[in-house]
Amino acid sequence: MGKHLEERIFIGLMVASMVIVVGSLVFILATVVVRGLPALSLAMLTQVPRGGYYLGKEGGILNAITGSLALASGATLLSFFLSLPVAFYLQLFTKDARFVHLARLSLDVLWGVPSIVYGAFGFTLMLLLGLRASLLGGIIALALLELPILVRAIEEVMTMVPFELKESSYALGATRLETALRVVVRQTAPGLLTALLLAFGRGIGDAASVLFTAGYTDRLPTSLLRPVASLPLAVFFQLGTPVPEVRERAYASALVLTVIVLIISLSARLLTRRLTRHVVR
Amino acid sequence: MSDPVIQICGLSVAYGNQLAVRDVSVDIPARQITAIIGPSGCGKTTLLRSMSRLVELVEGVRVWGQVLFHGQNIYDPRVDVTEIRKRIGLLAQRPFPLPMSIYENVAYGPRVHGLRDRKALHAIVEKELRAAGLWDEVKDRLHAPASVLSVGQQQRLCLARGLAVEPEVLLCDEVTSALDPISGQRIEARLLELKADYTIVQVTHVLRQARRLADYVVFMYLGELIEHGPADQVFHNPREAKTRAYLEGEFY
Repeated sequence: MGKHLEERIFIGLMVASMVIVVGSLVFILATVVVRGLPALSLAMLTQVPRGGYYLGKEGGILNAITGSLALASGATLLSFFLSLPVAFYLQLFTKDARFVHLARLSLDVLWGVPSIVYGAFGFTLMLLLGLRASLLGGIIALALLELPILVRAIEEVMTMVPFELKESSYALGATRLETALRVVVRQTAPGLLTALLLAFGRGIGDAASVLFTAGYTDRLPTSLLRPVASLPLAVFFQLGTPVPEVRERAYASALVLTVIVLIISLSARLLTRRLTRHVVR
Repeated sequence: MSDPVIQICGLSVAYGNQLAVRDVSVDIPARQITAIIGPSGCGKTTLLRSMSRLVELVEGVRVWGQVLFHGQNIYDPRVDVTEIRKRIGLLAQRPFPLPMSIYENVAYGPRVHGLRDRKALHAIVEKELRAAGLWDEVKDRLHAPASVLSVGQQQRLCLARGLAVEPEVLLCDEVTSALDPISGQRIEARLLELKADYTIVQVTHVLRQARRLADYVVFMYLGELIEHGPADQVFHNPREAKTRAYLEGEFY
C-alpha cells in the first residue's frame, strides 16, 4: 500500500510541474494575444514611427520588425560559421579529452552569462574597432550571445552520429574534413537546423545585448554601419511610456515577435522533414 | 604460395592498458581469401583494423610493430593514411550507407579522391554495382536514399562503395553476421568471385564459413596468433592443440 501511495504522490507532483510549465506558457501567450491583438493594426506592421508615435499618434513598428530580422539573421549566420568549425574540432579533430572538457565548460559558462554582459563586451569591442552603435555592432554582440548555444547544440547532434558511419568514410580514404563536410553535415542536417532555430530564437528575443551595440532608430535598416531598431527594445520603450495606447502597442509588438518566432519554427519543422530523407539510422 | 601483399611484423595493439593483440607476425597472401578465426574477444577485429590504420580512430589506442604493405610500413609517419585506406578497403559488420543517394554512395570514394568527370563516375557506379550484384535491383532508383534499401542490399551497396576506389585489399569484418542467410550467401559468392582480382582478409567466427571461403587461415586466441597456414592444413591437420580444440568446438 505504501508503495502505491508513494507512486501517487510522485505522479501528483509531476502533473503539478507540468501544469505550472504549460500553464505559464499559455498564460504568457494569452496575455500577449488578449492585450496585443486589439492594438495590432496593418499600419503597425507596414509603417515606421511617425512624429509623436510614442505619444499615441500614427505610425508603426516596421523599423523594429525589419531591424530584428536583420539582427537575428545576421547574428545566426555569423555565429553558425564560427561555431561549426568549433564543433567539428571538438568532435572530430581533437583527441585531447581535457581540452574538450575545458572547452565545453567555458561554453556552458558563456551560456549562463547575462546578455547585458555581452552587450557591454560588444560595446567595448566596438570602441576598439572604432564602430558606433550599428547593425554590425548588434550582429557581433548577438553572434557572441548565440555562439555557446549553437556550438553545444551542434555538438550534441554530432555525438549522435554513429562511429561506424564516420569509419565508413575514413575507410574509403576520406580525410577528417571531407568526412565532416560531406557525411557528418548531411547526417546531422535536421539537427543543425534545430540548433540554428534555437539560436535565432534566443537572438531575436534579446534586448540587453543590442541596447548599446545596435542602438535604436525610427528608420528602416539600410546600412550595416547605421543603428537599427529591434522588437525587444520596441516593447521596452513603448511599455515605459505613460500613454495607455502606446503600452497596448507594446503588447502588440510582443505578439509580432512571438508570431515571427512561431513562423520560423514551423517552417524549420517543414524543412527538417525534407532533410531527414537521407539520414541513416 | 604467391607473394604476400601485407606482412605483419611483431604487431601489438593496446587499448589503454589492455593489450588486444600481442606480438603478431603473419604474411597475407595475394589474391586469396585469408580467414582470421578465433573466439570472440580474441583480437581478430583489432588485427584486421590495424591493417589499414583504422584502429587509430579509437581513443587511447597504441600500436607497436610494423604492417608492411608492398614492403612499406604503413605506420611510418611519412605515409599518407588516406592513400593507405584507399588501397586497403573495409567492409564492416553492419552496413552503414552514407546519408546520401545510392548513386552518391558509390561515387563518394572516387569523388573524395578527386574524380569530377560525370561520365567516368557513372561508369564506375554501374561497374561496381554490377560487381556487387546490386545493379539490377537499383538501376531504376539510383537517386533514391540509400537508407530505403534492405540490410542485405545495403551490405552489397557498401561492397560496391568500397570497390569504387579500386583497392587492392579488402578487409571484411564478419560481413555476413548481420544478414539473413540468403543475403549472406550472395555476399559470400561475391567474395569468391572477387578474389581473382583482390586480396581478401576476412574475420569470421563462423567456422563453416571459413571452411567454405578460406584459402589461408589465421587462428587467434586471447590476442595471440596461435597458428596460421593454408586452409587445408589448418583445418585438417592443425599443429597446435588449441587450434584443434577450437575446431572441434571445445570453446567458442
